[in-house]
Amino acid sequence: MIVIVDYGVGNLRSIQNMLARAGFEATIARDPQTIAQATKLILPGIGRFDYGMDSLRARGLVDVLNERVVGAQVPVLGICLGAQLLGRGSEEGGGGAGQGGRAKGLGWIPMDVVAFDRRRLVNGEKVPHMGWTDTTPAPNAVGGAGALFAGLDAPRFYYVHSYHFACDDAQDVLCSARHGYEFASGVRRGHIVGVQFHPEKSHRFGKQFLANFAALGTAAETATSAAAAAGAMAVGA
Amino acid sequence: MIRVRVIPVLLLGRGGMVKTKRFADPQYLGDPINAVRIFNEKQADELVILDIEATARGDVDFERIEDIVSEGFMPIAYGGGIRNTDQCAELFRRGVEKIVVNTALAESPQLVSDAAARFGSQSVVASIDVKPNLFRQPRAHTHGGRKATRYTPVELARTAVALGAGEIMLTAMTREGTFAGYDTALLAAVTEAVDVPVIANGGAGRIAHFVDAVVDGGCSAVAAGSLFVFAGKDAGVLITYPSEAELAEQFWSRIDGTVVH
Repeated sequence: MIVIVDYGVGNLRSIQNMLARAGFEATIARDPQTIAQATKLILPGIGRFDYGMDSLRARGLVDVLNERVVGAQVPVLGICLGAQLLGRGSEEGGGGAGQGGRAKGLGWIPMDVVAFDRRRLVNGEKVPHMGWTDTTPAPNAVGGAGALFAGLDAPRFYYVHSYHFACDDAQDVLCSARHGYEFASGVRRGHIVGVQFHPEKSHRFGKQFLANFAALGTAAETATSAAAAAGAMAVGA
Repeated sequence: MIRVRVIPVLLLGRGGMVKTKRFADPQYLGDPINAVRIFNEKQADELVILDIEATARGDVDFERIEDIVSEGFMPIAYGGGIRNTDQCAELFRRGVEKIVVNTALAESPQLVSDAAARFGSQSVVASIDVKPNLFRQPRAHTHGGRKATRYTPVELARTAVALGAGEIMLTAMTREGTFAGYDTALLAAVTEAVDVPVIANGGAGRIAHFVDAVVDGGCSAVAAGSLFVFAGKDAGVLITYPSEAELAEQFWSRIDGTVVH
């Protein structure tokens, strides 16, 4: 059962609709009991980092999320703010740069969430970064285990954000995009995945991405990865 | 390639979808759900849906909006009759990506700042409708263009950004529905004054006008109504949206090197 975590922040219905369009049923839940039964979790979210984290705490969801994701290794997909919450903290709300300030995150991926560096936006790029942006998957995102970008040719996704991930370890970068400069627009550490873009608002690209996540660890995904690996071997030959 | 957003603006009224000309004479076009399905098939970048009767009616028709937005797998902004942040939360819950404020900018600025604080600036679009006054000075209007404010468009845009709006949709009322092209002088005045994305609206009659809005107007996105719902000026209803190839060739390739975002 895919569970979309309802903590009062974000457009849950859109995610559920897009998953349904992709052929996957998902439940929207705000109670720890239902969340504890999930085989896949989606952590959505729009808005401010500190407000999002406070909402998770206020609803008593941090413990169950830690237990399922860190303990039971249930795959999780964070979207937009939900992805930022996977990190240590954010500059939004004063808790960035690993300082563990007010806006402390879930801390599952070693990264901070930082504001766009306006000094590097030399062509007058505006913040928030808003719109459809070509997105480049890291090599292991395409054909590796759990191919999240399988079947996505020249993907573009819809982004709306003023802050972006800053990973300690380049290995955790799932994909990147450019807004003035190149930034990590997706992160992945094993079964923990986060994307800055909105797959639920990104037409066929988002539908395929969500389907790929929904299929993680299932027979269908193993087949896709095997096919991708076979394709890579054929090219290599 | 920089993909500047191309945004159909759909107006709700008279129990369906309507199109106005210079903010008057709403013409009934048909079913908005059907229109959104078509824009979805054509992979429109984003949609703006404005209920032009909501402010007067005094409510937000959540169920109708949910029925409409559930057909669209692109970002959808909604505006009309929003009076508090709980209504915003309800809209987001039902699948709306951004809320559009217009009357609130002048009459209840606290709503704008509260919404930005609670949901983030990127969720709040300030819609500024502009028409010249008797002395030919441009003035921002509220209440769907029916009420003049004392603010110039630049003043209200700066106020909106200070309140926390993350985006501005700027509409030249005298161009709306005319196919005559955007008011690029108006666009340029505002894009020079604020550093949030500005969406050009009012007057687009062909793709070449999009280029003007970016190159001359400095806009980050372009919106249009009539262009996407009529087969042409003085022609019948036709829901349409340019293909990726058309936009690449006639729009995006012609703005390369321009400072846009």
